[in-house]
Amino acid sequence: MSTDTPSRFDLPGTPVFDGQTSRRGLRMNKLFMSLRSAENRERFLADEAAYCDEFRLSPEQKQAVLDRDWQAMIDLGGSIFYVYKLAMMDGRSMQYLGGVFSGMTEEEFVAAMRAGGRRNG
Amino acid sequence: MAEVIWGLATSHVPSIGAAMDRGKTEDPNWKGLFDGYAPARAWLAEHRPDVAIVVYNDHANGIDLDVIPTFGIGTAERYEVADEGFGKRPVPDVVGDPDLSLHLLESLVDDGFDLTVFQELDVDHGFTVPLSVWTPDPGESWPCPVIPFLVNVIQYPQPTAARCYALGQALGRAIASYPKDVKVAILGTGGMSHQLAGARAGYINPEFDHMFLEAIEKDPAKLTTLSREDYIREAGSEGIEMIMWLIMRGALNDEVTKVHSHYFVPASNTAAAIALFDNRVPQPA
Ligand SMILES: [Fe+2]
Repeated sequence: MSTDTPSRFDLPGTPVFDGQTSRRGLRMNKLFMSLRSAENRERFLADEAAYCDEFRLSPEQKQAVLDRDWQAMIDLGGSIFYVYKLAMMDGRSMQYLGGVFSGMTEEEFVAAMRAGGRRNG
Repeated sequence: MAEVIWGLATSHVPSIGAAMDRGKTEDPNWKGLFDGYAPARAWLAEHRPDVAIVVYNDHANGIDLDVIPTFGIGTAERYEVADEGFGKRPVPDVVGDPDLSLHLLESLVDDGFDLTVFQELDVDHGFTVPLSVWTPDPGESWPCPVIPFLVNVIQYPQPTAARCYALGQALGRAIASYPKDVKVAILGTGGMSHQLAGARAGYINPEFDHMFLEAIEKDPAKLTTLSREDYIREAGSEGIEMIMWLIMRGALNDEVTKVHSHYFVPASNTAAAIALFDNRVPQPA
């Protein structure tokens, strides 16, 4: 399911948050960072599209945020630590996101971690 | 003259702090981790420093992506615990040691390490979780003043492992040249193997982690030969933060005694480890 973000290195399935990625994602990452404050979370939830416009997201980034398309947010320059702020607001865990990125349910992902984690290939 | 008495390497996974804050340390999924901390905590309680330095990275809480310092040091009198979006952790704010911070800054700049200075900084889980690993019940305040030492491990290019180790060695010299008679502890935080995004999310590499745990004690120079790509491939895109352990290790003597180490999978999506080193051992002539 996941269209893989092109990686800086020949490391399949491993997005590397580099300078170009960070440039691409700057506006969106700023939006995510702003969600640390309760007041901003309230404003965001009241009108998500307007809040995205206020932060000048690209149309693709705005759509990814509105759709909660986590993979697209990463592909469009999101840093996982910033994207996670939005996930937290939604009550989603890092295990849920891990499942999304690796094509599993949250339960399957948690079980894989408790079994010692995932290996290459 | 100031002296480094111990070095502690520890993961700083936020859920470790959350498990403590919510009284879940006896939960079957966590007990193995916290039981593994016990011998280190007992020893640490008997070996209290006058001041500590925590080498860590921020995670979109104290700093953002407007400015990305490769290395930084806090010079404040106080550091507030950051609200990461779900309220502050119920742990004390941090008292700093501006005199030592400014001494370290000057000495390191003279030694060729041009640090960014933080006069104001909120500290996030990367900083407070290691303090909780060391001191589970701090009461009103942490055991001593603590200085934040920041490293960019989030945005490529992170500093090289070799540069981190050299910085640690310079930090050791800087501490040794501090005229006050104080006992210093150093915490190197982060790791071990983990990857949060991408199809390889959930990746854990126990073989690499065990090699790293062995080498950080006995042959840290070996770890400086690994490139960024090596770290990302072997330890995962977030596992590269283990380079921060090399700053701690560089500040210790060549010969150290391992007091205790423990490895546990998983702390949420991460391989968690602790390694405690006594720095006060006779050195070979
Ligand atoms: Fe980290």
